[in-house]
Amino acid sequence: MSQTNALFTYTLRLADDLLILSHRLGEWCGHGPVLEEDIALTNRALDHIGEARNLLTYAGELEGKGRTEDDLAFLRPERQFLNTKLVEQPNGDYAHTIVRSFLFDAYHLPLAEALLKSSDAQLAAIAGKAVKEAQYHLRHSSDWLIRFGDGTEESHQRAQAALDNLWTFTGDLFTQDEVHQAMVKAGVAPDLAKIKAAFDATVDTVLSEATLNRPTDGFMASGGRQGKHGEQLGFILAEMQYLQRAYPGATW
Amino acid sequence: MSNNPNNWPLWEIFIQSKRGLEHKHVGSLHAADPQMAIENARDVYTRRQEGQSIWVVPAEAISASQPDDAAMLFDPADDKTYRHPTFYTMPEGAKYI
Amino acid sequence: MTDVKNLEDLFQAKIDAEQKIEPKDWMPEKYRKNLIRQISQHAHSEVVGMLPEGNWIGRAPSLRRKAILLAKVQDEAGHGLYLYSAAETLGTSREQTIDDLLSGKAKYSSIFNYPTLSWADIGAVGWLVDGAAIMNQVMLCRTSYGPYARAMVRICKEESFHQRQGYEIMAVLAQGTPEQKEMAQDALNRWWWPSLMMFGPTDANSPHSAESMKWKIKRQSNDELRQTFIDRTVQQAEVIGLSIPDPDLKWNEATQHYDWGAIDWAEFNNVVAGNGPCNKERLTARNKAHDEGAWVREAALAHAAKKAKKKQAA
Ligand SMILES: [Fe+2]
Ligand SMILES: [Fe+2]
Ligand SMILES: [Fe+2]
Repeated sequence: MSQTNALFTYTLRLADDLLILSHRLGEWCGHGPVLEEDIALTNRALDHIGEARNLLTYAGELEGKGRTEDDLAFLRPERQFLNTKLVEQPNGDYAHTIVRSFLFDAYHLPLAEALLKSSDAQLAAIAGKAVKEAQYHLRHSSDWLIRFGDGTEESHQRAQAALDNLWTFTGDLFTQDEVHQAMVKAGVAPDLAKIKAAFDATVDTVLSEATLNRPTDGFMASGGRQGKHGEQLGFILAEMQYLQRAYPGATW
Repeated sequence: MSNNPNNWPLWEIFIQSKRGLEHKHVGSLHAADPQMAIENARDVYTRRQEGQSIWVVPAEAISASQPDDAAMLFDPADDKTYRHPTFYTMPEGAKYI
Repeated sequence: MTDVKNLEDLFQAKIDAEQKIEPKDWMPEKYRKNLIRQISQHAHSEVVGMLPEGNWIGRAPSLRRKAILLAKVQDEAGHGLYLYSAAETLGTSREQTIDDLLSGKAKYSSIFNYPTLSWADIGAVGWLVDGAAIMNQVMLCRTSYGPYARAMVRICKEESFHQRQGYEIMAVLAQGTPEQKEMAQDALNRWWWPSLMMFGPTDANSPHSAESMKWKIKRQSNDELRQTFIDRTVQQAEVIGLSIPDPDLKWNEATQHYDWGAIDWAEFNNVVAGNGPCNKERLTARNKAHDEGAWVREAALAHAAKKAKKKQAA
C-alpha cells in the first residue's frame, strides 16, 4: 500500500468514527430525557459532523478522484466504512449512549491532542479545532457517567450494564494494523499504545469516582477498521444514504 | 418556581458576551447541580457565539464558569456558519425572506 | 372592589403607555391566565414541532443539510425552553406545564400533527410553517408581558435562518430533476392550507382575541397576519416556479392584496380536537421521552444531593 493510500485510509477511519457517532446522536434529537440535555446532545452531534466533514473532504482530496464529502458519506457501501464498532452500537437507554460517548471521548481527546503534532499539516489543523471540542465532550460524558454511577441504585445498575455491554468494543479502538503502523512511521499518527495509556488513566479515574467497576478484557471485538462491521451498520447506511441512492445524481 | 423536590431546581443564567462587558441576564433553565447548570447554559444560550463566560445563580448562591474553560466552551461554535441567515443563497428577486 | 378597579385602571394605563408588565407587577387574574395558556401552548408547539422535522435528520441528503437540520431542530428545543421559563415567571412550574401537555389537556399548534412524508416537507415546513410562525413571533416581540417579549426577541433572532433554509431546500428542489420538482410541489400542496390555519380562527370567531388585543398580548389580528403571510409567500413561490394550490387566488388591485379561497375549518377543528394524522404519534413520542428520561432526572438529583452533603461535611 502506498503512503497516500495509507493516509487516505487513515483519514477515512478518523472521519467515519465521527460520521457514524453523529448519526447515532442525531437519533436522540427531540427524544432526550430532558430539554436541556436534548440540546447538549445535538451540540455534540454537530461538533462530530463538523469534524467528519473536514476529514471527509480531506480524504477526497487525498484520493484525487474528485469525490466530495457527500460522495464518501452517501455512496460508499458497508464494507468500505472504516469506523470502530463502538460508534455504530445502538443508542440503547441513556446510560448506553453516555457510556458509548465516554469510551469514545476518552480515546478521542488524547488522539486529537497527539494529532496536533502530526507530520500531516491538514490533520494537525483539523485536530486543532477538535481538541477543544473533545475536552468539552469528555467532561460532559464523564460528568454524566459519575452522576449515573453515584446516583440512584437504578442508574448505577444501568451504567454498569452499559459498561459491561460496550467494553468489548473498546478493543477495536486500539488495534494497530499495517496501515496504522505505516502512519506511525511517517509521523502522521500516534502509537496507539500511548493513546491507550491515556484512555486507561481517564477510565480508571472516572470509574472510581463513579463507583463503577472496570470490566475485565475478555473477548475484544475488532474488524471495524477493515470494514467488517456488525449488522446494525447496514441499517444506519440504509437510512442515511436513502435519498442519494434513490435519486442518483440529484443535487440537494 | 417548583417546590417539588423531585424536580431539578431552576437557575438564572447570566452571560458575559465580551471581556469588559457586564454579565447579562439571558434567561433561566433547570439543572440538578451548578456544573450541569453551566453546561446546560452553554448549550442553550451560547450556540451563536453569544458568550465567553457564564454565571448561574440558584436561590442562594452564585457559581461561575472557569475562565480557563472559555476556549473549549465557546470556540466550537465558530464554524457553524449555517446558523446565520447570510449563509444562504436566496434566489434573485425573492422578498421578505 | 374599588381597589381592584383602580389597580385595573393603573394596569391598563401602563399598557396603553407601552410599558412592559413584569412578573412582580400587579396584573388581572385573567391576564395572567391568558398568558400562561398562550405561552405554554407556544412552548409545547416548539417542542412537539421538533418531531416532524427530526423525522428526517437521519435521512438528510447531504452532510450540509444534515448539520443545518440538526441545528434548526435544536433551536426549537431552545425556544421551548425559553418559553417554559417565561411561563414559570407567572407561577407555573415546568413540570406542571409539561404534565398538561402529556396528559393531552394542553394544546399545541395543530400544524405539527401533519406528517413529513418526503424530504421536500422539510423545505415546506421551514419555508411555510416557520414563515407563518415568524409573522406571529415578530409581533410578539412587542407583547406587553416583559419576559414573554424578551424570549420572543431571542427566538426571532434565531428563527431568521429557519425560514431561509427551508426556502433554499424548496428552491433547489424546484430547479432539480422532474421528480424533485414534483416532490416540492406536492409538499407545497399538502402544507399550504394547514399553514394558513396556523394563524387561528378568523377574527370574528376568535374567542380570546379581543381581550388579547386590549392587553396588547397580541398586537395584530389573526386575519391581518394571515393576509400579510399570503401576500409575501405567493411572491416567493412564483420566484422558484411553484404554484399555490388555491384556484381562487387572485391579485386584487383595489385592496393591493391577494384574494384567496376558503379555509376548510372543519378540518382545522377536527385536528385541534385530536383527530389529525399524527396527534397520537406526537403525544406518544413526548410521553415516551418523558417516561424513559425519569430515571435520568432522578439520578442527577440524587447525585447532586450526595455531592452537596459531602461538601457540607468537608
Ligand atoms: Fe421556534
Ligand atoms: Fe423555527
Ligand atoms: Fe417553529
